[in-house]
Amino acid sequence: MSGTLKPFNAVLGWARKFSLFHYPFVTACCGMEYMSAACAHFDLDRFGAGWTRFSPRQADLLIVVGTVNEKLAPVLRTVYGQMVDPKWVIAFGACAVSGGIYDNYAVVQGIDTLIPVDVYIPGCPPRPETVLDGLIRLQEKIQKQDQDWRWRKRRS
Amino acid sequence: MTTRIQGQARRESLLLNMGPSHPAMHGTIRIMLELEGERVRNAEVEIGFLHRGFEKTCENKTWFNLLPYTDRLNYVSPLLNNLGYALAVEKLLGVEAPPRARLIRVLMGELSRIADHLTCVAAMAMECGAFTVFLYSIKAREFVWEVVEAATGARMTTSFIRIGGIRADLEDGWREATARAVAETRKVLRDVRGLLDRNPIFLKRTRDIAVMSAERALAYGWTGPCLRSTGVAYDVRRAHPYLGYEDFDFEIPTGKRGDNFDRYQVRMREVEQSLRIIEQAAARLAASPPAIAAEGIDPAEAIAASRGRRERRPIRLSPNLAGSERERYAEILASGPWAVPPKEEVYTSIEGLIRHFQFFMRGHGLRPPRGEAYGAVEGGNGELGFYVVSDGTDTPARVHVRAPCFHIVAALEEMITGLYLADIIPTFGSMNMIGGELDR
Amino acid sequence: MEKKTLLTGLRDALADGVLGAAESPDLPVLTIRPEALVLLVRTVRRDPFRLDVLLDLTCLDDPSAAGRFTVVYHFASFLTPARLRVKVPLDGDEPAVDSLTSFWPNAAWLEREVYDLFGVRFRGHPDLRRLLLHEGFEGHPLRKDYPLRRRQPRPPDEVGP
Repeated sequence: MSGTLKPFNAVLGWARKFSLFHYPFVTACCGMEYMSAACAHFDLDRFGAGWTRFSPRQADLLIVVGTVNEKLAPVLRTVYGQMVDPKWVIAFGACAVSGGIYDNYAVVQGIDTLIPVDVYIPGCPPRPETVLDGLIRLQEKIQKQDQDWRWRKRRS
Repeated sequence: MTTRIQGQARRESLLLNMGPSHPAMHGTIRIMLELEGERVRNAEVEIGFLHRGFEKTCENKTWFNLLPYTDRLNYVSPLLNNLGYALAVEKLLGVEAPPRARLIRVLMGELSRIADHLTCVAAMAMECGAFTVFLYSIKAREFVWEVVEAATGARMTTSFIRIGGIRADLEDGWREATARAVAETRKVLRDVRGLLDRNPIFLKRTRDIAVMSAERALAYGWTGPCLRSTGVAYDVRRAHPYLGYEDFDFEIPTGKRGDNFDRYQVRMREVEQSLRIIEQAAARLAASPPAIAAEGIDPAEAIAASRGRRERRPIRLSPNLAGSERERYAEILASGPWAVPPKEEVYTSIEGLIRHFQFFMRGHGLRPPRGEAYGAVEGGNGELGFYVVSDGTDTPARVHVRAPCFHIVAALEEMITGLYLADIIPTFGSMNMIGGELDR
Repeated sequence: MEKKTLLTGLRDALADGVLGAAESPDLPVLTIRPEALVLLVRTVRRDPFRLDVLLDLTCLDDPSAAGRFTVVYHFASFLTPARLRVKVPLDGDEPAVDSLTSFWPNAAWLEREVYDLFGVRFRGHPDLRRLLLHEGFEGHPLRKDYPLRRRQPRPPDEVGP
């Protein structure tokens, strides 16, 4: 990246990481800890990620909370496909990360077999502090990544 | 994928799909609607999006090792699931937990019930637009979870209530924490009532919407707050008492109309009754568990000392979750081959270690005789039953969960037909569908 | 109603439809022939039994038993503490039994679940299809010969309607 683009990249990264609109794809028990993380005690909002957008068209962060089973897998892929770039994915909870304690005919063994994942938050369920830690790591990742913007030709 | 409703829909109607990923669908249910304007002409409910193979998994795990899976059934009130399963297996074994363990089970169970009802009311109100109620209720739930965490080690999925008793006694300071939780919950109940009970918008959205008659509710096998809102005063704690509930003083709140508002009201009043039970249980529990001998050196000191020369001196272990359990065992766990060996034996003798290994890996000790049992508790949604079948081995032959919200959601199609689209939200919220319990 | 009177009353009403009756410490258990199910349900819903709630409906699979599948019904009354467990053993080849949807509306979903997970058909069910698993799933996972970890092709990405 050339010298003039680097600070612009950094500014764009700063803007993106502190204005995350998340889509909580909540399925199971982890949803309770997601609620706790989002509410007053632990407060996701102070990290700029408090606003929930329940339409994938309006969200840039897909948080997959809880178990995804084979029946729900196409729905997850559809929702991810409907999101617009730039988009990030957090796998929240052991079931989303790897299938968790469920290794059977019904459960997808990790959502990274379906969609690309940026941050994995382990735990069954993870404490809200762990969730906030995961969010901060995602923000660091967003800051450092090579931001793509529309007028730049995409190199494969 | 063709569905029933696609085949039945008229050409001029609008087919709308709600879910399974939808904020008001609690994550895992799909409601397909045939709409005429805003009115629902026909509805089809599709479930199974959180089917995690619980019953099949149970057949492949030992009786003890499947306890964490029971937590994740009704995950808003996990201790009640533990309790239901433990009671069913205890029926098979013919065991009863010691008195102190029973009181602690009651305490933990009612705290779980409060968390369940608070979450249900919070979600229902939030989906109607009252976001403040959600924030207040989750705040109260945090105080409840603090008590649970101090006693069990985990906020939510605890596996605390074990077969034969409980995992460990309560921590010092539980009285203050419980009193704080009770006070905060009372405050939140007052605030939420002030925000919702006479709120014309909330009343318009819930009063006389989705009315269910008592006969129809019984025909569907409804139990719990939803059934009680129709006027039938059936509560498993009264009808088939367990854990000594017959000695506790509490009321069974019922509604009159069986509409959304009554379902909300019954839950609020049940939280008050649960608080009463908690106070009674706390009063009956002895002030503190018997103090263990404070002799012995600190663990950190022992580790430092062991670097030099091996010395055999007794170590003072934490009294509850981490260590010296043997003195407490008589109070918290019924003695017998089904009991997990205490940690002193496991960590300090080879026989204890082998017994521990055999217990957990091979299910030795916990092998109920051939037979079957049905044990039910009053869960957050109603009669939560566990039908367990034993073939004499260390893994169950069958574990079936009688999920209360399965029967309640089975009535959803009938309830929302004829309502407005917006009425579906508070209706569904008042039913408290929990995916883990519904789909198992 | 006492367990003994419940069981004797039902034995009399059903005569040779009953295969066995037991008074376990848990619940009274009646084992009946599949043909006697509807008569049992009609009897049990009326006076003097009045067990008018279908509490639960599930199935057991025991490949070593003569009747491989056993459909287990739990009937209850919410006004009295009376409860009853009824077991109906079925053959393993084409297990089928009469549906109870004409008596209780929740039987619709309960029977769909048993059909989904065990493959037992219910005669007279208005809409017998899978409930918990996706439509293209092959097999019935709660049968003992279905391995726990068998993977099947995922349903395709299009979701309707």
